[in-house]
Amino acid sequence: MFAFTFMRHAFVASTFIALTCGVIGVFVVARQLSFLAHMLSEIGFAGAAFGAFLGISPLIGMLLFTLASSLLISSLSVERVQRESTISAVSSLFIGSGILFLALANQSSSYATDILFGSIVGISQSGVWQLVVLSLVVLLTIWLIFRPLQFDSFDSVGAKANGVHSRVIGIIFLILLAMSVSVGAQIVGSMLVFILLTLPASIAKALGHSMKQLLLISVAAALFGVWLGLWLGYLTNWPVTFFIALIEVICYMLALLVQKRRNG
Amino acid sequence: MTDPILKVTDLAMSFGEKTVFKNLNFTIDAGEKLALIGHNGAGKSTLVKLLIGLTHPTAGTITRIPLPGHERLQIGYVPQFRNLDADAPLSVASFVALNVGMSWRPWLSHSEKERVTQVLAQTQLTQIKDRPITLTSGGERQRAYLAQALLADPDLLILDEATASMDVDAKVQMMALVDTIVTQQKMALVFVSHDLELTARYTDRYLLISNQQLLTGSSKEVNADSLKGVRL
Repeated sequence: MFAFTFMRHAFVASTFIALTCGVIGVFVVARQLSFLAHMLSEIGFAGAAFGAFLGISPLIGMLLFTLASSLLISSLSVERVQRESTISAVSSLFIGSGILFLALANQSSSYATDILFGSIVGISQSGVWQLVVLSLVVLLTIWLIFRPLQFDSFDSVGAKANGVHSRVIGIIFLILLAMSVSVGAQIVGSMLVFILLTLPASIAKALGHSMKQLLLISVAAALFGVWLGLWLGYLTNWPVTFFIALIEVICYMLALLVQKRRNG
Repeated sequence: MTDPILKVTDLAMSFGEKTVFKNLNFTIDAGEKLALIGHNGAGKSTLVKLLIGLTHPTAGTITRIPLPGHERLQIGYVPQFRNLDADAPLSVASFVALNVGMSWRPWLSHSEKERVTQVLAQTQLTQIKDRPITLTSGGERQRAYLAQALLADPDLLILDEATASMDVDAKVQMMALVDTIVTQQKMALVFVSHDLELTARYTDRYLLISNQQLLTGSSKEVNADSLKGVRL
């Protein structure tokens, strides 16, 4: 399958997406931000549509929208309850405007499905490079703030009590999440980037008991899903996203079963 | 041991128009064991937050004086409430290690691992170090919180109602352990509690917040009536 350039691009791109989403997902799940990740992917859709409307690349449009909304959310949110209702309102607004931008941009409906549900054929050489650079920025930043981010994600009360600047860490994390959503949406689509941000990390949560285990399992589950999904997509000509979703859900079910048996 | 490590001068705190306390003056000496008592809402937790620098006072100053040879005064704090996820994945050892200190290195160095092992042993958690923190008993979990605070090698340890949800045996066990560690390592202790038996047994002096003022005396001579609500 690597005889085709687009498959090679898709392979490199999805490998970096899996690495980034696998790592950042561990913190998304620990910080209970799945709902927010979902909203950011919807905002990403609006951003890509806005990009099409302006005639700029969908990745830039997505980054613009997800970063701006992350910053907005972090300045608005005070309490979780408030955050969740804010999230619903904001995401409705963005889905609506995404549809408007697409209509105004006069794009075909296949463009819309590409943004929403992903496409492996659409990734150019320069697109792959953009994606790799963004992934590396996200992973390197996580590396640098790893300890305070870990403390704040798994024990926010303890972290504050021990002088971790939770607010700063929270804002940096939202920016990283926004970037990951924009990166991930390139292959699996903005509606389903959410899968890669939450399911591999949830599998890890069910099985792992140390940070090392959580990260390894999450990245392995993400890589397994995208690699196998790409291959199956190549064989059957069915959408890759379908296979990735199916594989991750099956793995998640199995992980829950293992966890249940282990805990008696 | 009479070196002061913490000096509080004319401290006042208000939220809007509500004054929690005013004109508080006291010092904490190195190695001193103090009880912080007062009825619910008297301002104990507020005072603790001020001591560790989580909030800023409306007026007055708190001076933290480092021990000789130390750069700054290290305060270990075990908060009253924890919002751990019901199925949080981390093991006891990983949970304790969260407070191992800051570094660009994501993984633990050899000496950091040793330090974690040592603190786990000290708090009698070695046997259950690989168990998920969510599958531990209330007492074990409190010891894990204590271990996490001890990992920073504090000069002053503040326990905010650490024994509140425990049965009598577990309470005494926990406080005996705290007492041994604090005495051995010459830490100062601030024990926030409503339990006058425990404070009499494990602390030397009390700080009582009542009617916005601070009273102090020997822990064995607390007047139980003073813990009742504010007289209006």
